[in-house]
Amino acid sequence: MNWIFDILYYAGLFLILLGSVFLFLGALGIYRMPDLYNRLQAGTKASTLGAMSTILGVGLVHPQWFVKLFIIVLFIAFSNPLSSHALARASHRSGVKPFLKEGGEDAYAEEVAAEKARETEKSTL
Amino acid sequence: MTAIVINIALFFIGLGLFLGLMRFVKGPTAADRAVATDTLSVIGIAGLVLLAYVFGRYIYVDLALVYAVLGFIGIIVIARFIERAL
Amino acid sequence: MNTSRKPSVSRYLYTFLIIWLLWYGFTTSLQPAEWITGAVVAALISFVTVRYFECCDPILFAPKHIVWFVAYFFVFLLALVKANFDVARRVLSPQLPINPGVVKFKTRLKNRFARMVLANSITLTPGTLTVDVVDDTYYIHWIDVKTTEPDAVYREVAWPFERILLKIYGE
Repeated sequence: MNWIFDILYYAGLFLILLGSVFLFLGALGIYRMPDLYNRLQAGTKASTLGAMSTILGVGLVHPQWFVKLFIIVLFIAFSNPLSSHALARASHRSGVKPFLKEGGEDAYAEEVAAEKARETEKSTL
Repeated sequence: MTAIVINIALFFIGLGLFLGLMRFVKGPTAADRAVATDTLSVIGIAGLVLLAYVFGRYIYVDLALVYAVLGFIGIIVIARFIERAL
Repeated sequence: MNTSRKPSVSRYLYTFLIIWLLWYGFTTSLQPAEWITGAVVAALISFVTVRYFECCDPILFAPKHIVWFVAYFFVFLLALVKANFDVARRVLSPQLPINPGVVKFKTRLKNRFARMVLANSITLTPGTLTVDVVDDTYYIHWIDVKTTEPDAVYREVAWPFERILLKIYGE
């Protein structure tokens, strides 16, 4: 039976290494990308998988902690996209324009403008 | 073998923390700094769990869980603040 | 979704049980003091949040749904790994190959929890980020815009996940 734990152990080490590389790539994306939304893209995806993989790897290397580490992984998988969505929405509404190349479209700007128009209409009535 | 892998992983995580911190210092708007904080907190959680294994202390795992919850709530509050106030 | 109607007693009990189990996951301790504290906290939380608790209806755990849950898990995991290699490719190449833009599409899902799962999944798949959800319209920041036609965006971005979510949660 011991060989199963050996395989899990080495799989855990591999996951730790992979996760830390992705965490680094996420931070590099945060540093290099030209505007806030692209930074969120790179940061959220890479840091979510990086953190999940690192934490699961520790869970495989040290199986006594697996349950709690698994709960942390689940929490990160749910909370990280939510917080990035909240940040993207808030910064778009506060007026941070997305970086667009020629002919790029920003469909959300129309929605925000329409909502503002509805609100002013309501307040003038 | 184990020590080498863990050291390489800690090196990458430290480099990631440094790059996030650079963006935090540079970031032109408050929203950029909030994005950097978000990523930094997630990298920090992974680093805490890894350090818990290195030092063999279970309490660091609890710390990572609490930090995950508080970091999430903090980012949501900052996002609401940016949406209304700037 | 009507949230103003009064929830039934079994609904309270079900919410209470799930939150209590979650408490056990957080503490991972079998001492009676932990269980009693957990029961009190779970009772308080379930009393407040039972109206918004629509993620885990017992009917969702019917055997025919389990297959779809597993399928969703693997589709999602594959997309997540692909997304990360995509990010790595974009970040590491010197000239940053991006062509960003914000596009929109309409969903067919009705359940609010399913909509949240779809939004989170879209955020974690290659090159897309959910900026906002207004009623049934999703606004997506796409790092490499291929099309701005809502139907084409829907097929390209949402269909692999929504196909399975429609099977589980219904239209």
